[in-house]
Amino acid sequence: MKREYKIAGFGGQGILFLGQVLAYAGMQSGLESCWIPSYGPEMRGGTANCQVVLSDRRVRSPLVYNPDVALIFNKPSLERFSPDVKPGGIVVLVSDLIDTSPGRSDIAVYAVPAKSLADAAGEPATLNMVVAGALLAVDPLLRREDVEAAIWKVTPPHRQRMVAVNLRALDQGVDWVRAHPAEGTTGAENAANAAGAVGVVGMAKGAR
Amino acid sequence: MTDKVVFRKPQCLTDKAFLYCPGCSHGIAHRLVAEAIDELGIRGRTVCVSSIGCSVRCWRNFDLDVVQGAHGRGLAVATGLKRALPDKVVFTYQGDGDLAAIGMAETVHAAARGEAITVIFVNNAVFGATGGQMAPTTLVGQKTTTYPKGRDPGHVGMPIKVSEMLAQLPATAYIAREALSSPKHVLAAKKAVRRAFEVQLAGGGFAMVELLAACPINLKLPPVDALKWVEENMVRYYPLGELKSPPAAPPARAAGGTGVGATGGEGAGGRTCAGGGCQ
Amino acid sequence: MERTFMKGNEAIGEAAIRAGCRLYFGYPITPQNELLEYMAAHLPEAGGVFLQSESELAGISMLYGAVAAGKRAMISSSSPGISLMQEGLSFLASAELPGVIVNITRGGPGLGRITPAQSDYLQATKGGGHGDYNLIVLAPSSVQEMADLTTLAFELADKYRNPAMLLGDGIIGQMMETVTLPPAMDQGESKPWAATGCEGRERNLILSAPYTDQELMELNMRLQAKYARIKAAEQRAECEQMEDAEYGIVAFGISARLALAAVDDLRADGVKVGLIRPITLWPFPENAFRAYPKVRGYLVVEMNEGQMVQDVRLTVSDMVNGRVPGAAPTIRFLGHGGGYVPTATEIRERVMELARLLREAVGASEAVGAVRTASASGSVPAEGGRRTA
Repeated sequence: MKREYKIAGFGGQGILFLGQVLAYAGMQSGLESCWIPSYGPEMRGGTANCQVVLSDRRVRSPLVYNPDVALIFNKPSLERFSPDVKPGGIVVLVSDLIDTSPGRSDIAVYAVPAKSLADAAGEPATLNMVVAGALLAVDPLLRREDVEAAIWKVTPPHRQRMVAVNLRALDQGVDWVRAHPAEGTTGAENAANAAGAVGVVGMAKGAR
Repeated sequence: MTDKVVFRKPQCLTDKAFLYCPGCSHGIAHRLVAEAIDELGIRGRTVCVSSIGCSVRCWRNFDLDVVQGAHGRGLAVATGLKRALPDKVVFTYQGDGDLAAIGMAETVHAAARGEAITVIFVNNAVFGATGGQMAPTTLVGQKTTTYPKGRDPGHVGMPIKVSEMLAQLPATAYIAREALSSPKHVLAAKKAVRRAFEVQLAGGGFAMVELLAACPINLKLPPVDALKWVEENMVRYYPLGELKSPPAAPPARAAGGTGVGATGGEGAGGRTCAGGGCQ
Repeated sequence: MERTFMKGNEAIGEAAIRAGCRLYFGYPITPQNELLEYMAAHLPEAGGVFLQSESELAGISMLYGAVAAGKRAMISSSSPGISLMQEGLSFLASAELPGVIVNITRGGPGLGRITPAQSDYLQATKGGGHGDYNLIVLAPSSVQEMADLTTLAFELADKYRNPAMLLGDGIIGQMMETVTLPPAMDQGESKPWAATGCEGRERNLILSAPYTDQELMELNMRLQAKYARIKAAEQRAECEQMEDAEYGIVAFGISARLALAAVDDLRADGVKVGLIRPITLWPFPENAFRAYPKVRGYLVVEMNEGQMVQDVRLTVSDMVNGRVPGAAPTIRFLGHGGGYVPTATEIRERVMELARLLREAVGASEAVGAVRTASASGSVPAEGGRRTA
């Protein structure tokens, strides 16, 4: 068993933190785990990405070229990495920051309005955890308890206050995906879905 | 009938003959260091760091643990030793090429950190071991093999007054300069060398004695004239006396030369931190 | 044993502290700063000394002083900083002092960039500084090995009184992986040769320059004898799927991880390929190659312009290609300096290309072999033909 992840977006969106959480959760669940931050030419231009490999045996290549899972936080990253996702793989994209879709019918795409959800909860910095929650809902590999343990571990001691906030965001992501099953959707439907999602959040905001 | 011993070699010197040229001041400098260590009773816990140059083989003569490092890096080597062995006494024995040319960065930074090391800096104004090339301390007009017409300040600048420079650094504890050119000056040098070890033993910071020395071979002068040259030329540019001494020091001896303004007193204790503001 | 998840650079620091390293010197340079900062944060807690040196030139001499005092000590840097240390490395070797040097390499030459590269292989294994000397060079390919080989570096450095270098690269340095940390140990054996003050014993001398010409000759002979002992006893390599391999990939460090992925892919396609991963770059693990005489060709994969190729070539030059009479195994190279990272796909393609080349070569040589056999009065049976059957 091997699961390869690519996580990409802008600096400041918590890309590297999210990657570390997944990697650490993998280790918690007994897997071998590897995390590499964007390194070399890719790290310029304000973009951030990292790659995670989880495996039930020693990780061979720590570098991910064809991920099973891509978590995408901006449009340039979608354009850059979604074509490389393995057929049958999963893309979770932040639909309210990305106005296009991967345009592939051989992968499952979950367009989650993570930014709006995080903003609505008053914690914009938890955007990454909403995406993590969405992944938890669609990929059973990692258990919530391992992710929770990972969040405790990866959060620096002076920011432990953020753990509870992050856990709430995680559950927001889980709940949203369960309420909006979108597996197997393709390009056009995705875009529609994404638009609809923004609407949903808009309503949620209004309700407050 | 028994002979009365009136003069003996210090315990810190081996029985091996000095290899230095006739009239060279290194022999005197070695003896002063050895006497100071003997008198302070610290031979068993002292480590010497030798430099590269004429004194590269000072380990033959110092009956001590000796570490020989790379050219100019004496004070970096000594830093590693002293940080590893904070309870031991560490000193470097360095010439002007080693300490002030290739090793100037290591010298300045060890002094700036206030490493608790004693430095014996033998300044003879020339690269001796390599055959008389210009040193950073070569005097203006002094002829060397690389500048046979004499040092031209317009071309290579003025000689560096290392002691004055290091005395400016807040973390240096003791800086003095003496000459090995006459019995009177040698006696003063002896006190300064001893003092430089005492400062280390008292837990003080960086302590250096600059010893103005004669290199008759490269000055192309007979030994006695070479000593006279040191007194008449070097002392004029490099004034003698204590430039800096710890505040708690015994009253400083009247400086033998035109002592420049001593900066003593601003040594240790200069680091203050108001109310955790520097965390 | 403690299983955790750590960055490669930090794993080195933690393993060093657990190995009894009590002095660390360093100067900031990317991509090894995490190690510098880890030591700054944790070495004092362990009762050790962290000191930021004014330069790598000074730092390596501080290390020289610390190990001359008999303590376990370490310094780290990245390529340009390691160039500055070459003076000190030669002196450490000549004075027969231990000491661990970490090079988390970057792309060169010159200042280069912090892109991943393995371009310091020759500098590390062939001297770098002046004179006939060798460092023991260890090449980790995982965060686990960043820890394990750090421990080993301290042990080997002490055992042979020789500087040991850990040669990693920016990817392993920056990467986080699961790692089982080694248990804490003490400083190692006491060092009666150390310069600590001569109280109660004969004085100790730590000298870089022998006194006479004869002594310099003797020092060189002593060093060479020591290097021969190290070569005989300390070669280390990991061999994966080499037992039946017709083709071998040779790669160290991070390149070997990518090569391993390629081996998996190729094996799935039925290609008999394995991997020899040198763990000791010096001594080069010649024995690993000799253990597999049937290999017909090697693909060397490096993130440089082929620096290890010459060691592979020297090693196999007197070996016999399992198929082609009178020929050593064929060697091909894949790699570049300056930030190139090979992909498993590229490696796979190049192995396939090597296999194709060798099939053709065997065909050609067997044709020649058959002619030669015929003219050699039939004393050697023409087996070649049967082999291709």
